[in-house]
Amino acid sequence: MAVAIADARAGKRGERVYSGRVPQLLERGFIAFKSSTYMIVISGFIEPVLYLLSFGYGIGKLLPTIAVGGESIKYAAFIAPALLATSAMNGAIYDSTMNVYFKLNHDRIYHGMLATSMGPLDVALGEIGWALIRGFSYACAFMAVIAPLGLVESVWGLLAIPAAVLIAFGFAACGMAVTSYMKSFQQLEIVTVVLLPMFLFSGAFYPISVFPEWLQFTVNLLPLTHAVNLVRGLCLGNLEWALLGHAFYFVVMIVIGLFFTTKRLNALFMT
Amino acid sequence: MSNPLISARGLTKKFGDFTAVNGIDFDVFKGESFGFLGPNGAGKSTAMRIIGATSQRTSGTISILGKDPEVHGPQIRAHLGVVPQQDSLDMHLSVAENLYIYGRYFGLPRAFVKGKVDELLAFAQLEEKRDAKVETLSGGMKRRLTIARALVSEPEILMLDEPTTGLDPQARHILWDRLFRLKEQGVTLLITTHFMDEAEQLCDRLIVMDKGSIMAEGNPASLIKDYSTKEVLEVRFGSDRNQGMADQLRTMCDRIEELPDRVLMYTEDGEALLEKIYAANMHPKTSLVRRSSLEDVFLRLTGRTLIE
Repeated sequence: MAVAIADARAGKRGERVYSGRVPQLLERGFIAFKSSTYMIVISGFIEPVLYLLSFGYGIGKLLPTIAVGGESIKYAAFIAPALLATSAMNGAIYDSTMNVYFKLNHDRIYHGMLATSMGPLDVALGEIGWALIRGFSYACAFMAVIAPLGLVESVWGLLAIPAAVLIAFGFAACGMAVTSYMKSFQQLEIVTVVLLPMFLFSGAFYPISVFPEWLQFTVNLLPLTHAVNLVRGLCLGNLEWALLGHAFYFVVMIVIGLFFTTKRLNALFMT
Repeated sequence: MSNPLISARGLTKKFGDFTAVNGIDFDVFKGESFGFLGPNGAGKSTAMRIIGATSQRTSGTISILGKDPEVHGPQIRAHLGVVPQQDSLDMHLSVAENLYIYGRYFGLPRAFVKGKVDELLAFAQLEEKRDAKVETLSGGMKRRLTIARALVSEPEILMLDEPTTGLDPQARHILWDRLFRLKEQGVTLLITTHFMDEAEQLCDRLIVMDKGSIMAEGNPASLIKDYSTKEVLEVRFGSDRNQGMADQLRTMCDRIEELPDRVLMYTEDGEALLEKIYAANMHPKTSLVRRSSLEDVFLRLTGRTLIE
């Protein structure tokens, strides 16, 4: 039966690297999740809520409103979308770096997977798909917290959820690509070294217009800045063409990330 | 004979300057148990990975069920069950879940795979471990689970890379028994090993490999017949005296091999030879008469032992 299933895909595009098995890989994700520790999942949800409480209501006392695009909004409503974008990033990065590293180098799970009639693109998309489900869940949960608190100013804010999935996709694709090149566990520290300053300087807590111009320019190149601007624009209802530009940034990340992940998995397991 | 399932001609694999597999030819036929015997680094695993469509040859041709693995990787892998040298079980899942999800990776329907899981747990004698996490299993159990996992897609060809390396003797015998059953069911087995007893037990036909090349091919009995004598007498005079005795011993039998700790003497009648040695007033510290094995074939062909 396995042969008939594989033969049915013969001649399709990309048949050497892709066999349409993403649902099966997600199924593995669910089975493994059922018996995993829930702490990591809970911490991914709690983290942005804690930031919101401490900064939103702490600094929010000192700084009741903040001016964005000529409008003044509550400080908590300013940072809430940024925290949504950041949690999408963090969830995606955790799944695509730490988890992938161990499956790749320690448990040799991908070796087992690629001995079946699947291809490396199945594995890449399946793993990233799981990261997306996680990102989507975090975004929904956080939205369920901030919307009742009146921190989402516009109904367009609903689009922040698919935007968070797009952001998670971009980070997960690039995260997995980078991880697949890593040779030691210590190298994973690089991820933290990159993410933390990005989180602090990407305009999550204050507008980047306070920076000198050279720093603004640099910060504008970073993916999280685009993520924050995209989600914030949607939550505040500030619809402008620039939002499409921010979204496009993540489309590019997805394409580049998938390309290198598939290439690397091919080199690791198929040559 | 009918058309071979697997046919390789001039198969070569290079990693940079290093030639892992050096122009080998072989055919594997349906229902046979085919072995690659050789020491570590002989190119056995590399050859297996090329057949398994997870490694690409540098030159030569290979066809598996009439297809080229480089072009039809997923279709070929659908025919194969792979038991790698290093375990690649999913540590996050239970024993039964490992079997289930592996069947799903082949795209098989849920209901089919669920039926297979029960059958394979019985085959691997792991029914009591159904819900156990993989990391709690012993080495032998993990190997049996890996073999069961490789069978979930009902493959025509089962490929085993060093299946019993690292197992204790009892676990090996249980595993061999399971492999015999598969052979009886008509599954084609491809086995790499550096254990001559494993090759003798399991393989109908084998190739002896060294440094990427094939040194000899045939069934275990004919290889022994062609490259060795019926019996071997092993004598030890103590490490400092073995060499001094060698010249004298050489004249007494067909052929000798000097190993660091003992001298092997090839003869048709080991007991008679031993009597001759005593009669010549030589007194080995220990002596052993045994039948020739594939180890002796390898020694004859390469001048080296299989396990170094």
